[in-house]
Amino acid sequence: MANPNRRQFLQILGLGGATLLSGRSATASEIHQINNDTVGMLYDAVKCVGCKACMSACKRVNMDFGGLAYDKAKFDKEGMWDAQVDLNGNTRTIIKLYKESPQKWSYVKHSCMHCQKPSCVSACPVSAMTRDKVTGIVDYDKSVCIGCRFCQVACSFNIPRFQWDKLNPQIVKCDLCKHTSLIKTGTTACAETCPAGAILFGKRKTLLEEAHRRIQESPEKYQKHVYGEKEAGGTNHLYLAAVPYEKIGLPVLSDKADANLSENIQHTIYKGFIAPVALYSTLCFVAVRNMKKYHKEKHNHDKVSLESGKKGDK
Amino acid sequence: MPHSEYRRHKAPIITPSFLILLLLSLIGLALIALRFFKGLGYVSNLSDGYPWGIWITYDVATGTAIACGGYAMAIFIYICNNMHYHHMIRSAVLTSMFGYCLAGFSVMVDLGRPWNAYNFFVPSKWQANSAMFEVALCVMIYSTVLIIEILPSVLFILERDRWSDTRGILYSIQKMLSRQQKDAISKYAKMIRPKLDRILIFFVVLGITLPTMHQSSLGSLMLLSSSKLHPLWYTGFLPLLFLVNCIFIGFSIVVLESIISCYAFKRPYETKELSVVSAVIPWLTIIWFGVIFGDLAWRGQLGLIFNSGTNSFFFVLQNMLVATGSCMLFFKRNRGSLRRLFLAAMCLVAGGALYRFNVYLIGFDPGNGWSYFPSLSEFMVTVGLISIEILGYQLLVKTFPILPRLHHDGHPDDEIRSVI
Amino acid sequence: MNRERQHSGTSRRDFIKTCLTVSAMLGLPFSMVSKVAAASRKSDNRPAVIWLHFQECTGCSTSLLRSSHPTVSNLILDMISLDYHETLMAGSGHQAEKSLHDSMRDNKGKYLLVVEGAIPTKDKGIYCKVAGKTAIDSLKECASGAAAIIALGTCASYGGIPSVGPNPTGAVGVQDIIKDKPIINIPGCPPSPYNVLSTILYYTTFKKFPELDKMGRPKFAYGRKIHEHCERRPHFDAGRFASKYGDASHAEGHCLYKLGCKGPATYANCSVQRFNDVGVWPVSIGHPCIGCTEPDLLFKTAIADKVPLHEPTPFEGYATIDTKQKSPVIDPVTTGVVGLAAGVAVGAGLMMSKKLPDGTKRGEKYGKPE
Repeated sequence: MANPNRRQFLQILGLGGATLLSGRSATASEIHQINNDTVGMLYDAVKCVGCKACMSACKRVNMDFGGLAYDKAKFDKEGMWDAQVDLNGNTRTIIKLYKESPQKWSYVKHSCMHCQKPSCVSACPVSAMTRDKVTGIVDYDKSVCIGCRFCQVACSFNIPRFQWDKLNPQIVKCDLCKHTSLIKTGTTACAETCPAGAILFGKRKTLLEEAHRRIQESPEKYQKHVYGEKEAGGTNHLYLAAVPYEKIGLPVLSDKADANLSENIQHTIYKGFIAPVALYSTLCFVAVRNMKKYHKEKHNHDKVSLESGKKGDK
Repeated sequence: MPHSEYRRHKAPIITPSFLILLLLSLIGLALIALRFFKGLGYVSNLSDGYPWGIWITYDVATGTAIACGGYAMAIFIYICNNMHYHHMIRSAVLTSMFGYCLAGFSVMVDLGRPWNAYNFFVPSKWQANSAMFEVALCVMIYSTVLIIEILPSVLFILERDRWSDTRGILYSIQKMLSRQQKDAISKYAKMIRPKLDRILIFFVVLGITLPTMHQSSLGSLMLLSSSKLHPLWYTGFLPLLFLVNCIFIGFSIVVLESIISCYAFKRPYETKELSVVSAVIPWLTIIWFGVIFGDLAWRGQLGLIFNSGTNSFFFVLQNMLVATGSCMLFFKRNRGSLRRLFLAAMCLVAGGALYRFNVYLIGFDPGNGWSYFPSLSEFMVTVGLISIEILGYQLLVKTFPILPRLHHDGHPDDEIRSVI
Repeated sequence: MNRERQHSGTSRRDFIKTCLTVSAMLGLPFSMVSKVAAASRKSDNRPAVIWLHFQECTGCSTSLLRSSHPTVSNLILDMISLDYHETLMAGSGHQAEKSLHDSMRDNKGKYLLVVEGAIPTKDKGIYCKVAGKTAIDSLKECASGAAAIIALGTCASYGGIPSVGPNPTGAVGVQDIIKDKPIINIPGCPPSPYNVLSTILYYTTFKKFPELDKMGRPKFAYGRKIHEHCERRPHFDAGRFASKYGDASHAEGHCLYKLGCKGPATYANCSVQRFNDVGVWPVSIGHPCIGCTEPDLLFKTAIADKVPLHEPTPFEGYATIDTKQKSPVIDPVTTGVVGLAAGVAVGAGLMMSKKLPDGTKRGEKYGKPE
């Protein structure tokens, strides 16, 4: 099954609805396990024809909700084209071309990877970035965001983008059309519009099966590895391509999520806030003892030298 | 703390250096205003690849380390039981206060949506996994603690009948207030200060605990960037390295600040105190180097030191500077010489600061062709903030009793006399 | 001979072909063809149509005459009962007037009123009179008994060329005068005859109008912009534009946007349906679209004026993986200032260290002699 069928769409829609109702997902980090029942997308660079319909659809659908605008190229005074050259404050997804030679080239679509253990969520100090436990969608809430851009620093894929030119800027990144297309049609705008079947939306489990099936069916066409299956602790956006993934802008990453390491360290130090409190009380004890000792000495000394002594001192 | 240990530095406030600093501060503030009218991208060279530029790297990550003088001195005096040096703490706390308040201010400049910052105080939005959350909260609390620590010296002046004999800010304010108002202020100051003095030690200790927490968290921030930060610097020990780094920078800054302020204010040097304080530094750097190289060796990546191009250069430079400084301070003879103390402290601060630049900017590479160099306006904002810091320091030590009293003082000091 | 016969009469083959074309245009499923055919075959079902001409050039009718499947005779004899049409009907004078009044009386409340041309309103509408009656009066009279009104052409829809400033006759479209009847606008100068035909057949088949857009135009024909289906679109996306009439780029068939093509702002199906049954339309012969279906464009903007694009799309060409252009330009001034600052800091430090005593005794030296 190349495309998720209607039944699956409805299931996902239901899941999405349920999660919207259940509210914010918990922030505490649990022992990390890949959840294959969450939803994501599979992008197949071999099937992609580079028509950019996904880019147009994404912008059309998410324009208002996502605070996007059309990009103007420098040479294009009249604003004839939407000149997206990279993911940016106006662009949630982009088709890029990697060309080594006339024979060896590949398109690639960049958008949020929807990590299983996202760094951006771990980084955000005010929970503006959240990962929905049920759907696995990494979402951004601009009403909470303070604009510190730590999510940008933290993301291994350089996905979150910032609106540098706006006075009321926000982070821009794919949310799997959670607030727009997914509610209405049960799928993402890009997957819906793709004429080549290069973008599939569905459960991670289904997508992985499909990806491996494609590799197995025509092993000569594909890299023998589904990017995102294990990278950075697993991502919900998966990739298939003919060329090595690092050449199409997908970094070589370990299977461990950065967020696990940093959270483990944070948790070890701050577990129940015991260590800081212990530190504080110990230091208090030492400091007060030192002070008392010092004043005793000083008092004796002062008695000899000065009579009136020490105002405001204790 | 006995207030008799401190005195106001009596000197005219408006000097040539004051005017230059004022000019730089005003340029900085104007550019900050521009940032709020035109957006971040207009003023800075920040990009999606380098979302943090010199504002975060210098003003926050490095600036707070340089502002760790108060932290280092507090450890030295209260914890390591060197109470007889505690006349040195106020000026150290003052620089810390400026460093931290300005770090907080520059964060507000750097934030894209500062009006949402109230979410830090909304418990449902707290995100305990985030080192950033921890840093932000700690910096906010610590700034408050530092202000409380410096408050007694202000109250000390306010509780007196005449705030200032010479023309100045206090003199003008005093003129503006009516007799009753002034009496009321004096009354409250008299009421609060003894109580504050009694519990001040708990704030001082809080002022030791908080930097320990957030300085290490400043290192934890970069733990999330394993694929972007060069392996020379990316390690699980980043929090520890940042903590040790800030302590030795703190001590070095105390040395520098004491020498510079004595030089600038024409006061006698505190060579003996400084030589004792600086003796701690080499041991700290040994721990620091031990962790850095031990970790590299353990990872089997010692080779990176020499074959990482520009990164190698900065890594070696950072270590050379710190090593030079700490080697100098190993010898008692050098610690007795003001000039060598000063040079060593300079090397240590430069090397320690470079380490933070390395971690936040130089060793940070998001890939895909991104690069960063600050824009002129961006740089001038940072220069402006540094100017404000020095300006404020000058202003405060000339207004309130913050600098140590001159022990062998030949000159009659009316202010102190009146207390004693 | 054979060809002539086909045109004069209608073979079954032609008839089905017509119904098929119409069904396809309306986006109806194939099974609907028989329904359309049935609806249009029933002679008693033929809707009476009264066709009024006001301030116009008869271009709309002429365009209709040029359609060949169905031929206009097919249309007016088999599909509709065209009871009154000033330029097509055989009768004239009182005879014609009689047929108009007869039809209005007999088919009261059932006939379709087709209006071609704008209606002058200034000076009580004296600028257009037929049989001694002003256009307003005859329109109101005919409209009162009509089931629905089709405003054919841009003049009837929005006022068109007679209404262009300074609009000396106060010309307006049907929708500005008649408010109590369903009106469907089929703008165009001239409109595609198939849009007219399809609308009429839709009405006879389903007894209702097709879905209309905000401006009263049937969506099946006016739902998308010309630009979206233009054969020159690839040239637009690639940035290849004709810069002058008759030059090489024009001859090579490049996009006419820069010559003032209104395609990106014009809702019509010209680029798909085309004209005259031979697949031509203005853009295909090298003339930019003039936006004749848009009230704000036709004759309101110069042909050479460019229209803004409201939903721009990515152009041809791709972003590279390594986006080198994002490196900020390091200007020498900044580098100089940063270098200067660093130099001042280091220099001042060294200068100061030289002034500091190298001795080891405490406190005996001051920063500067007072």
